[in-house]
Amino acid sequence: MKKNCKAIEVKNLTKRFGSFTAVDHINFTVACGEIFAFLGPNGAGKSTTIKMLTTLLVPSEGTILVNGADPSIDQDEVRKSFGIVFQDPTLDDELTALENLDFHARLYGLPKDLKNKRIKELLGILELSDRKNSLVKTFSGGMKRRLEIARGLLHHPKILFLDEPTIGLDPQTRNLLWDYIKEMNRREGITVFLTTHYMDEAERMAMRLAIIDHGKIMAMGTPEELKKQTGKSNLEDAFLAITGTAIREEMASTKEQLRMRRRNK
Amino acid sequence: MNAVYVLWIRQIKRYLRSRPRIIGALGQPLLFLIALGYGFGSIFQRAGQGNYIDFLVPGIIAQTVVFTAIFTGIDLIWDRQFGFLKETMVAPVSRFSIILGRTLGGATIATLQGVIVLLLSLILKFHIVNWAMLPLAILAMFILALAFTALGTAIATRLSDFQAFQLIINFIIMPLFFLSGALFPLTNLPSVMNIIVKINPLTYGVDAIRRSLINIGHLSFALDFAVITLVSVALLAIGSYLFSKIEA
Repeated sequence: MKKNCKAIEVKNLTKRFGSFTAVDHINFTVACGEIFAFLGPNGAGKSTTIKMLTTLLVPSEGTILVNGADPSIDQDEVRKSFGIVFQDPTLDDELTALENLDFHARLYGLPKDLKNKRIKELLGILELSDRKNSLVKTFSGGMKRRLEIARGLLHHPKILFLDEPTIGLDPQTRNLLWDYIKEMNRREGITVFLTTHYMDEAERMAMRLAIIDHGKIMAMGTPEELKKQTGKSNLEDAFLAITGTAIREEMASTKEQLRMRRRNK
Repeated sequence: MNAVYVLWIRQIKRYLRSRPRIIGALGQPLLFLIALGYGFGSIFQRAGQGNYIDFLVPGIIAQTVVFTAIFTGIDLIWDRQFGFLKETMVAPVSRFSIILGRTLGGATIATLQGVIVLLLSLILKFHIVNWAMLPLAILAMFILALAFTALGTAIATRLSDFQAFQLIINFIIMPLFFLSGALFPLTNLPSVMNIIVKINPLTYGVDAIRRSLINIGHLSFALDFAVITLVSVALLAIGSYLFSKIEA
């Protein structure tokens, strides 16, 4: 981790949807090579923040620098610098695993030799080699996640965004994924920005973390610091002490809205 | 350029893998061709207009191309709903190359579908008058396909609902098809009808295909191509603009 190098720098970042403020003047910095966890209850503003960092949403206010570039100006510069695993699946089910990776490599302009070498390597590490020619629609949830991670790393990004990457996965797959991500961080110095609801994962992975609620950052520091600050023995209790125990409602995504519409007919 | 290619090839691969889609999309044109072609054939002949199947086939090819093209717009709704769109939206490529690749892909599929109908109609005794003109017919099909793929995609950028998309498309496409000269000659039409038919861009596409395949047409070749090219460029521009405004 290089203290003087900033992978992500966010100042006064705000996103409003109509009268609703999803992200409210947040500030934080992630150092190069750091593993940074962004924690918060549902609807706290985690995904909205990630979308702004990754050029998918334009901020209402504030500034962002990702790898030194502003996502609202140098979009392509920013896009080249990161890989992302979204909360929802984003694979093409009608293509094979190999074709999904090939598609990605071409979009990111990887030369052919390098592409083939990396695809082979990633499929091996993430244990997908035997199924590389199967259509993704025949894959289990865990296999799809592994493929998404392989794809996110294919172009060797400087920053990897992981938005709740382990939802619905068995402990074996979760372990494989986190071990691999830790290894990539150690070996290649990749900066990791992750969100998760599993506090044990955050405690194990993150060098530093921020807790966000109602669009505001409530606490930031190392897991040790947050535990000390709240006087709790584990991160889950510290998290609950900071964010309270009330259950949150989240706005439905378009996909959920679609399902509901179908159900109501 | 690479981005345009991958988005194009992706559409083609998905199309070739979906045999039900290929075959299903042929049902309606064949029904029209057989029911109308044989049903009205003898009346058409007696009215001194010649062979109705020959007259009708170019219209049905245009119908196939246009319907297939506009419905590929639904792929965009699909990709947005099931996430794949995000994968392309965070990639370091311009929004324009994404929409261009998608549109070329949809247009290629629609053209292929039109060619299949053309081949099938040869079995039903359709006569191509001048084979040397066949490339022009295919070019006209492709330009028409581009226009309607762009239109379908433009509509899809504004919708998240599959059923609404289908209803809106039918609402647009049915009048365009029935009022285009795909099914009847443009001679001696009532004046209001004549005006409607002449402002319908599909009329020019049908005319271009018909003239190149059976050398019968009501308008000039140059005018036909000018109109459909202009319309497809305009629709592609509108589609790209709307697509660039999408927030995934």
